Amino acid sequence: MRARQLLLDQRISLKHGAGGRAMRALIEDVFVKGLAEAPVDGIGLSAMDDGAALRVGDRWLVITTDSHVVHPVFFPGGDIGRLAIAGTVNDLAMMGATRVLALTCAVILEEGFARSDLERIQESIRSTCREAGAVIVTGDTKVMGRGEIDGIVLNTTGIGLTERVVPDSGLRPGDRILVTGTMGDHGFAIMALRKGLELEGDLRSDVAPLNDLVACALAAGESAVTAMKDPTRGGLSSALHEMADKSGVGIVLDERSVPVSPVVAAAADLLGIDPLHIANEGKAVLGVRPERAERVLAALRSHPLGEQAAIVGACIAEHAGAVILDTGFGRRLLSEPEGEPLPRIC
Amino acid sequence: MPTVSQDRPVSQLKFRDPAKARALADALERLTLRIGRAPVSVMHVCGSHEQAIAKFGLRATFPKGLNVIMGPGCPVCVTDVPEVDEAVVLAMQGVRIATYGDMVKVPGTVKSLADAQADGARVHVVYSVAQALALARETDEEVVFFASGFETTAVATAAVILRGLPPNFSVLSAHKYIPPVMEIVAEMPGTRVEGFLAAGHAATITGWGIFERFVERHRIPVVVAGFEPLDILAGLAKLLEVIHDGRPRVENMYPRCVTREGNLRAQEQLWRVFRPVGGRWRGIAHVPNGNLRLRDEWARLDARRRFRIDVTGVWDCAPSALVKDCVCGDIMAGIASPTDCALYGKECLPETPVGACMVSSEGTCRIWHQYGGHPDLGGMR
Repeated sequence: MRARQLLLDQRISLKHGAGGRAMRALIEDVFVKGLAEAPVDGIGLSAMDDGAALRVGDRWLVITTDSHVVHPVFFPGGDIGRLAIAGTVNDLAMMGATRVLALTCAVILEEGFARSDLERIQESIRSTCREAGAVIVTGDTKVMGRGEIDGIVLNTTGIGLTERVVPDSGLRPGDRILVTGTMGDHGFAIMALRKGLELEGDLRSDVAPLNDLVACALAAGESAVTAMKDPTRGGLSSALHEMADKSGVGIVLDERSVPVSPVVAAAADLLGIDPLHIANEGKAVLGVRPERAERVLAALRSHPLGEQAAIVGACIAEHAGAVILDTGFGRRLLSEPEGEPLPRIC
Repeated sequence: MPTVSQDRPVSQLKFRDPAKARALADALERLTLRIGRAPVSVMHVCGSHEQAIAKFGLRATFPKGLNVIMGPGCPVCVTDVPEVDEAVVLAMQGVRIATYGDMVKVPGTVKSLADAQADGARVHVVYSVAQALALARETDEEVVFFASGFETTAVATAAVILRGLPPNFSVLSAHKYIPPVMEIVAEMPGTRVEGFLAAGHAATITGWGIFERFVERHRIPVVVAGFEPLDILAGLAKLLEVIHDGRPRVENMYPRCVTREGNLRAQEQLWRVFRPVGGRWRGIAHVPNGNLRLRDEWARLDARRRFRIDVTGVWDCAPSALVKDCVCGDIMAGIASPTDCALYGKECLPETPVGACMVSSEGTCRIWHQYGGHPDLGGMR
């Protein structure tokens, strides 16, 4: 059995890209080792945050990069183009860089890919950039032979400037945990599409650029916003575990105050999958000092993308790295998913 | 395709009222104190009970002096190694095997059905016996339904058999019958179990009356309970009440589904098709009348009689070293918990299970792992 385990780990499996523990371990073992030793004035690779932050004069230059392989390319609520732009804009925003300086976009296409689909994706990229106030300043195009790649892969890099970097490791005991809306929408929309589930109501991805929403929250909370992260692959559970671990605090999550749309709740019940383990592409998690939490909540709720924002938990000094779920009936540890249960979600 | 209605969110069901849950948790505390000797150990025998206890974090609200143990309540887990071997051998002989997903990964002596499949055998995961039947109707080849589950699931198998089967369909029964194993646990030397929480869904079929003889013989009370958090808390409170008043009896705390007689039609179908025979349950013991096997009049549908299954051929290899460290058996007997196992959460994970308790969604190890790994939060309240 041990031999089999070793053998498995000699090869990359889908879990290594699923956003959970396996992926973090792979990144730490392979990439961070040997690349992270070089000193960086700011936040570098070794922090394994949403992006890097480099000091430039009295401000910070934030850089992030992302590749997108979602299947199918078009899904309810969005497509790979919107996902690529929103994903990168959100990673910048999660570091505090809500003004996007520039984006790059590289595309790898499979021979035979429909030109009309590409144009549709391009239009979606354009409109999402407009929404985020971002411009693409450079790009790259490659085509590979049929079967050498599945359809289309997009890579986007973003840079932004900010006066204050908000890391994902800044939580302190007493901080309130806020989410900007319902959990699990993106992952369940993709899952339902792939599994052919017919559900009453609309399972739609929440994919959206969050920089304007986050700017509102930061304006209301200022330095009282101690940490931010977008709960993508692995869902809220992965995001909270990572934040708790890096910040050295415990988090108590109140399950019943976590917003979940009725159709996601129904799908979750049917499939036996916890919405807290499922990816979002248009949501953020914020840690806020208790005295400012209500004000930040009000700011979020006044924004169209944050109408269902909620305070869902609090940080404690004990149990560093653990996420305790208060179910209303009792308490248990929230499990950290190995990763997203479904591959190629974003 | 499954369709669900959203008229009534799950959270609004009346058996999920946290205020009532708190009142019941307080009652458990009071009753445990009143009994006065700690710890009071009670056992449930159902994966669905453990699921609900773990999912809602109920263990963190149980009083310190109350020990709620999961017994042999996972039918996949107690399926014995030779039973898995039989299915593996059949599969390797080229027979198509249809079975529930959890059964595919359960380790046999040297192989699971999943391993057999990797070696080229045809193994089909089905969600119901009806699906297995549909599979048989699509082909002329022999299809064997490797049937697992307690009496609740066995009834479904029986109903299908009584309705008539295609000639290429047979059943390899690993169905188990719960009431006899409660006797075994009650008679275990040094057993600490002072009361049983019986599974509501099984009792809808057997009726709660079936436990009366057990209580009479062993002087251990039985409370039938449902699966919502309030059902379980109320069931436990009733059990403690009965333990305290010292008059062992059966109490039905699931009256909205369970009657004294049970579902007579289902019982009639069950016993027309199956007879109880003695056999080993993995990790537990030989359980007299614990296995459900096809009656003689259904011999032609019984895969054991239809095929020559020689399992000795797969006993050549020794099990891997890790298996020797697995304490699944003790866990199912209720004398160890997953956190007592050196492999739990380390070498033994849902993706790479060592023992059956980590394979099945009803296994204690799998349930604990799914809901955070450590059910009592190490004393966190």
